[in-house]
Amino acid sequence: MEIVPLGDSALIVRVREQFDDAPEETLNEVLQTFQQLRSAAIPGVIELAPAYTSVAVFFDPIAVSKAFASGTSDDVVDWMAGRIRAAVGRRTRDRRSLVGRSLPRIVEIPVCYDPEFAPDLDEVARHAQISTDQVVELHSAADYRVACIGFVPGFPFIAGLPKKIATPRRSNPRKEIPPGVVGIGGAQTGIYPLRSPGGWNLIGRTPLKLFDPTKDPPVLLRAGDRVRFRAITREEFAAFAEATAAKESLNR
Amino acid sequence: MNAIITRAGFFSSVQDLGRVGFRQFGVSTSGALDSFALRVANLLVGNEDGAPGLEITFGGLQLRFQDERIVAWCGGEFDVHIGVAPLPAGHAALVRPGDELKFGLPQIGCRCWLAILGGMNVAPILGSRSTDLRANFGGLDGRALRHGDILPLGPRPGSSRDVGATERISSWTAPHDWVSPAKRNPILRVIRGVDWTRFNASTLQRLTSELFTVSPDSDRMGVRLIGPELSRGDNVDLISEAVVPGTVQVPPSGQPILLLGDCQTIGGYPKIAQVITFDLGIAAQLRAGDHVRFSEVSMVDAHRLVVERERELDRFRIGLSLHAS
Repeated sequence: MEIVPLGDSALIVRVREQFDDAPEETLNEVLQTFQQLRSAAIPGVIELAPAYTSVAVFFDPIAVSKAFASGTSDDVVDWMAGRIRAAVGRRTRDRRSLVGRSLPRIVEIPVCYDPEFAPDLDEVARHAQISTDQVVELHSAADYRVACIGFVPGFPFIAGLPKKIATPRRSNPRKEIPPGVVGIGGAQTGIYPLRSPGGWNLIGRTPLKLFDPTKDPPVLLRAGDRVRFRAITREEFAAFAEATAAKESLNR
Repeated sequence: MNAIITRAGFFSSVQDLGRVGFRQFGVSTSGALDSFALRVANLLVGNEDGAPGLEITFGGLQLRFQDERIVAWCGGEFDVHIGVAPLPAGHAALVRPGDELKFGLPQIGCRCWLAILGGMNVAPILGSRSTDLRANFGGLDGRALRHGDILPLGPRPGSSRDVGATERISSWTAPHDWVSPAKRNPILRVIRGVDWTRFNASTLQRLTSELFTVSPDSDRMGVRLIGPELSRGDNVDLISEAVVPGTVQVPPSGQPILLLGDCQTIGGYPKIAQVITFDLGIAAQLRAGDHVRFSEVSMVDAHRLVVERERELDRFRIGLSLHAS
């Protein structure tokens, strides 16, 4: 484990060096570290965020220096690193305990792969030298896990894409991608939660809402979740979207 | 009671001290790019220092008040008037019903923060009243202010005596470097970034000795800089990890980007340096064509600066409350 300062108010705790070698184990370790740091409630820490191989620890240097009895701020980073090591070290000793070992949630995402929503399906098929139907089959049959959330609120970077359909990002990113669009970017797949620019290859669309700031948590997917994509027809997509809208107007 | 936006100006939005606790879900912190300036303005009008205020970019904003309020602003060098009476930075003043508060164009810097007694009465979303301008939520309808907007203001605390308190508060001003942090060609102090050692020695030398020019393609997400090419010593593909306001990242073009409050939560570009928290208020004033230099300081100095300033702010807060009571 390596702890490096990210400016004067954050640290990055690197749990592993690589992600792709062993995504499952890396993700489990990162999430365990995240949980462990959360329950350690280190004074001055204001939030934590996991990403692939690391956990970011954000802190308030003023609060941390107040936490010192001596009042010196000479070693905020050392003090913080010590507390982090103690919190994470405890995990290593309790490796067999259930802490952080709760089973990941399984979330099914309905996706319509109709050409209307999939302007780059042909490109992905061409790159993989298979048919578009085979692309859809491969994409919707695999088991995935959310590696982390970022880029825009609620955007899941999802690991587990079959190697066959990994496709490089577009050289010309699109200026605007509608919400719910599913894409392939290199060896990963993901879903655009908001209208945003992006360079991934677009292969389908889900009627589900991935980000809703009025809810807590505001996201459909979280780091560690298991994900499956289920292919749906255009009619099902329309029905889904309608049902979601109706539910929303009821809640309003 | 409300304030009516009679002129929207270039770009203004409701911001408080930012959104904390949702970076794990990809939600940016948002918030006033110079949170210290907003806190000082809030203290001057008698608000809690975390009350929402307006972040005003490049001026042009005009607003008319419907009731009596105390207002104060801090930030770049702007000409600000209540009607025809000038209102300098860091001075609390009373506005009366029908009064118009007008922001001119900045001479130096590009942003300022306006505090109004009672703050803005907009709903907190994910624990903050800041506008998230990328995801379009928070603040006033999740967007920048427009001509004709009705900006709801919060209730005025202690309204029975606030006019008398005003007269006394208005004789108070905050220290000059608190209220006018903008500089024409500033030096930003940095500490080493996570990927400092990935850059070769001559690049690191260039970073702290040469001038960088602010590109017009800059916003609340980040300031793009044009200068000597910053090339790496390796070309390892980096795994995305956290970035924060203050991160100086270097995309393949070799032209650095200094991230600000609306930045994304994770990124894959190498992080060469980090502007210290104390200097983020100066970074918030950078405008196209400005020249900026970087100089390296120690982590200890970075912390000492914010801790000492906080102590001074505490003293100022106590002084104000004794004075106003």
